[in-house]
Amino acid sequence: MLKVHRDICGYCGCCVSVCPTGSLELIDAYLHVEDTCTSCGVCAKVCPLGALEVVNEK
Amino acid sequence: MKNKYDVLVVGGGPAGAIAAKTAVEKGLSALIVEKRPAIGAPVRCAEGIGKEALQEFIEPDPRWISAEMTGAGIVAPDGFFMKLESGMAGNKVGYILDRKFFDRELVWKAAEAGADVAVKSRASAPILENGFVKGAKVEHAGKVHEIHAQVVIAADGVESKFSRWCGIDTTVPAREIMSSVQYVMTDIDIDPGATIFYLGNEVAPEGYLWVFPKGNRSANVGIGISGRKSGDGHRAKDYLDKFVKKTFPNGKTIEYVPGGVSVCRPLECTVADGLLITGDAARVVDPLTGGGIYNAMYTGKLAAQVAADCIGKGDVSKKALMKYDMEWRASKMGKSIERNYNIKEYLIKQPDTKLNEIIHSVSNLNLKEFSTLNLIKEIIKVNPKLMLELGALAASLR
Repeated sequence: MLKVHRDICGYCGCCVSVCPTGSLELIDAYLHVEDTCTSCGVCAKVCPLGALEVVNEK
Repeated sequence: MKNKYDVLVVGGGPAGAIAAKTAVEKGLSALIVEKRPAIGAPVRCAEGIGKEALQEFIEPDPRWISAEMTGAGIVAPDGFFMKLESGMAGNKVGYILDRKFFDRELVWKAAEAGADVAVKSRASAPILENGFVKGAKVEHAGKVHEIHAQVVIAADGVESKFSRWCGIDTTVPAREIMSSVQYVMTDIDIDPGATIFYLGNEVAPEGYLWVFPKGNRSANVGIGISGRKSGDGHRAKDYLDKFVKKTFPNGKTIEYVPGGVSVCRPLECTVADGLLITGDAARVVDPLTGGGIYNAMYTGKLAAQVAADCIGKGDVSKKALMKYDMEWRASKMGKSIERNYNIKEYLIKQPDTKLNEIIHSVSNLNLKEFSTLNLIKEIIKVNPKLMLELGALAASLR
């Protein structure tokens, strides 16, 4: 699943623009992840700060 | 905030503000909804705009201009410096804005003209009737309001969601998002009258690094790299930190600005039944420079003009609103986006050695008309073989 490191996130919306499933939304200063997220990781790759991480589900 | 308007504008940036102002000037009622609690903040911009481009919409005002530019410079991957000056030495060629105040001024002007404004109010879903966009659900302070409108203008920026909810795919390919970070720095040695661009795969892969002055010893120091070049240990922030450590070791960072800038082609279609899409949300950023302020204002104004026309005729179908899409594509702006997209695609494929070679060919350029197009034309003049390499694209540069 996608983990948002909120202490690193600068809530800029760069990730929202590349999400192929439209699962991310920037609600003011809060990045919201919908359950339609497929953990594809494209957002984690493009994040300018490294605030997103795909972690393996246990 | 009423529950019914002629035009509902989603987003209070330059596109939305100009759209709302234009709509009310055409005699329509309009509401701007902005999800943030403040117009203009946080800034997600390097804040540069050309002189004529700005003046097409508003007279420059020192209250929201940080600095006036008289030239520019390009630094090649090997450090070689190309200086660009205006035909008339010392002439103003552009501005670095103070977007916090600039955006506020634009919304203020829209409000003064008669538009309503709602901040910390987020459009959370479109109201759809028989496939037509008829307004939006707007959340404010824990309550959901249904705002009906004859048309909705989506001006919700790079993180746009509204048009996607209406069924339009707005996904930016990873390779075409500029993953960006900027520091507003002070106490640094700079040329206060020139914007400087640093190129090269070591400095900013498939993008560039910029120093845009905001005062005698202050500047926006930022970088955009291609999303496909980004990853752990080599993100935009890593590249910027490396540059700052080397170039401005004693500078102080007073603002930290991450962001994303699309450099893809615009959306395939920027209208739907009852919907017009503008600015960054329509992906109409200049793909070569990443500049989007002018294009946002231009599309915002045109969208409202076409909306007013269509509302007047009682037909806000996609077919009727297509006038907006066709007109911006045929405009100088639309053609410039297409041309600059192709130039960008050519440039990002060039190795540093080639970029060095191109930049070395000109050390000092005096541009009669200060524009990227003119710069490219001049560069081709001294590098005739570039004409061949550019192929079909070259014809559009003549």
